[in-house]
Amino acid sequence: MRNKKLVDYAKYGYLFSLPFILTFCIFTLYPVIYTFVIGFTDLKGAGNTEIHVLPFISPKDGSPFYIFNNFKDVLTSKTFHKAFSNTWIIWFLNFFPQMGFALLFTAWFTDRRSKVKGTGLFKVLFYMPNIITAATMAILFQKLFGFPVGAVNQLFNAAKPYNFLINNWPVKFIIAFVQFFQWYGHTMVNLIAGVIGISPEIFEAAEIDGANRVQTFFKVTIPCIRQIMLFVLVTSLIGGLNMFDIPQLLVGPKNANGAALTTNMYIRNQAFDGSYLYNRAAAASVILFIIIVVLSAIVFFLLRDKDEAKLKKLKKAELKAARKGM
Amino acid sequence: MANETKLSSIKRNELILKVVIYVVSIIFSIMTLFPFVMLIANSYKDTYEVQGNTLSLISKAPLKNLKNNWHQITSKDAFHPGVGFRNSFIVATLSTILNVYFSALTAYAITAYEWKLRDSFNAMIMAVMMIPGTVTMIGFFQMAYKIGLVNKLSALIIPSIAAPTVVFFMRQYLQASLSMEIVQSARIDGAGEFRIFNQIVLPLMKPAIATQAIFAYVGSWNNLFSPMILLTDKNKKTLPVMVSLLNGDIYKKEYGAIYLGLLVTVLPLIVVYAFLSKYIVEGVALGGVKS
Repeated sequence: MRNKKLVDYAKYGYLFSLPFILTFCIFTLYPVIYTFVIGFTDLKGAGNTEIHVLPFISPKDGSPFYIFNNFKDVLTSKTFHKAFSNTWIIWFLNFFPQMGFALLFTAWFTDRRSKVKGTGLFKVLFYMPNIITAATMAILFQKLFGFPVGAVNQLFNAAKPYNFLINNWPVKFIIAFVQFFQWYGHTMVNLIAGVIGISPEIFEAAEIDGANRVQTFFKVTIPCIRQIMLFVLVTSLIGGLNMFDIPQLLVGPKNANGAALTTNMYIRNQAFDGSYLYNRAAAASVILFIIIVVLSAIVFFLLRDKDEAKLKKLKKAELKAARKGM
Repeated sequence: MANETKLSSIKRNELILKVVIYVVSIIFSIMTLFPFVMLIANSYKDTYEVQGNTLSLISKAPLKNLKNNWHQITSKDAFHPGVGFRNSFIVATLSTILNVYFSALTAYAITAYEWKLRDSFNAMIMAVMMIPGTVTMIGFFQMAYKIGLVNKLSALIIPSIAAPTVVFFMRQYLQASLSMEIVQSARIDGAGEFRIFNQIVLPLMKPAIATQAIFAYVGSWNNLFSPMILLTDKNKKTLPVMVSLLNGDIYKKEYGAIYLGLLVTVLPLIVVYAFLSKYIVEGVALGGVKS
C-alpha cells in the first residue's frame, strides 16, 4: 500500500496559507495595531517619528484618563459630529431607494407570469455605472450640477441659476443619487441571482394555492433571498460608512461647507491635509472601526436564520440532556 | 358572461403592468446613459458652447475643438492620461493576479488539509473581513514612509496577496465543488501537492476565479483613497488620482477639455464592458449568492 507512506499533509496547510498570513501581518495587522497605538500618543507633524504615549494623568491639569485624550477630542469635535451624521444621512438617502428599486426590478424581471423581454439588456445597462471610476462620476456630476452654467441649471432655471453644491440638502441628495446610480444595478443583479436560485416548485405551489403576484413576492420571494439582502445590507453599510471618493471630488474638502463632509474625509483631512494630526485621525478611525464591527454584528444577529438558530439550540439542549443522562 | 369580462379585465391589467414595466425600465436606461451622452457630447465643444448649451449634441467645429481640448488637457503638465493608464494597468493587473492566485491557494489550504490552527485561522478570516481600509491607512502610511514605499506602485500591489473576502468566497466555492478523490488519485499518481493545486485544483476553480478577478480588477482600477495618499510623484499617479486633478485649480475654465479628460478615462472601461458585460453581470450574480 503506497498510502502507508504516511505523508504529513498538515504541513501543506501551513505552507499554503503562509503567503497570506505573512502579507496580512505586515500590511494589515501591523498597521491596524499601529493605528490603535497612535490613537493613544501625541504623534503629529509631517515626518515626525518621535512618539510618546500620553500619560494617564494630564500633565497640565492633573485630570485622569488623559490617555484617552485623542478619543475625547474626536468625540467632542463638532466637525466629527457633522461628518458622522452626514455620512449616515447620505447612506440612508442612497440605500433605501437603492434597495427599493432593486427589489422592484427584481420582482418585475423574474416574474413568471408576464415574462418581460429584454431583461438581459436592462441588466447590462443598469449595471454599467458600477464599473465606472467613482472619481470620474463625481466630477462629471459636479459639472452637470455646476453653478452658474451647468446642464441642470441650463435646463430648469437658466434665469436664476441655483448653486446646488454649496447647499446642505441639495448636495447630500446629489451625492446620494450618484451612489444610488452606481449601485442599484449591482444590488438588482445580486437579488435576481438569488431569485433564480429559488426552486421553481415553491412558486408553483404558491400559484396553485392562489397567491397573487404581490403575495408571492412578499411571502415567498423575499424570505427566500433574505440572506442575499443581508449581504447587500452589510456591504452597503461598510461601503457607505467609508464613503470618500464621491463627496471628496464632487464638492472638495474646502468648499464643502461641511454639508458633504464624511467621516473618511474627516480622517484624511486630519492626517494628511496641513495639520498632520495623525493621533487624532487614528483615534477617529478606531472609533469608526468599532462602530462598523458593532453594526455588522447587530445586523447579523437580527437577520440570522431563526429556524437554524432554533435548531442549533435544540441540538445543544439534546446534547446537554444526553450528557446529564450519562 | 361574467367570467369573460373578468378574464378580459385580467388581460387588460396584465397589459398595463407590462407597459409600466417597460416604461420605467426605459426611463432608467435613459437615466443610465444620459451622463455618458453628456460626456461625449461636450468633449468636442469649446468653452463657450459648453457654457451656452451643455445639453446640445451639436458643435460648430467639433474636430477643431476636439484637437484644441486635447491640447489643453495635455499641455499643462499635470494630467497625463497615458501615464495614468500605464500605472493603473500595472497596479490593477498585478494585484488582481496576486489576489486571486494566493486567495485560491489559501482557500485550498483551509479546505483540503487538516491542520491544528485551521479553524482559528478560518475564524480570523471571517473576523478581519470587516476591517475598513481607513483603519489601516494611518499605520500603513507611516510604515510605507519608514521603509521607503511611498511613491512605489508595489505598495499598492503586494498587499493584495491577503484578501480575506476573496478567500472567504473561494472557500465557499471549494467546499461545494472540490472532490478529495481527485486529489487522492493525483497523489497516487505521484503528483506533488503544489503541482496538484496548480494543475488540478486551479482549473477547477475557474468560475470562482473569473468572478473574483473581475471584482478585484475593477476595485483596484477605481481605487482612489490609498493611491491619493501614497502617490505624490506625478509619474506614479494612477488614473483616478489623475482624474481628481481635473477638479483642481489647473483646469478652471476649460470646460470642454475637462469633459474630454473624463471621457478618456471612461472610454476604455466602456469598451471592455461592451465585450465582457455578459460575463461581468453573470459573475456578479455568482459572487452574490454566497450563502
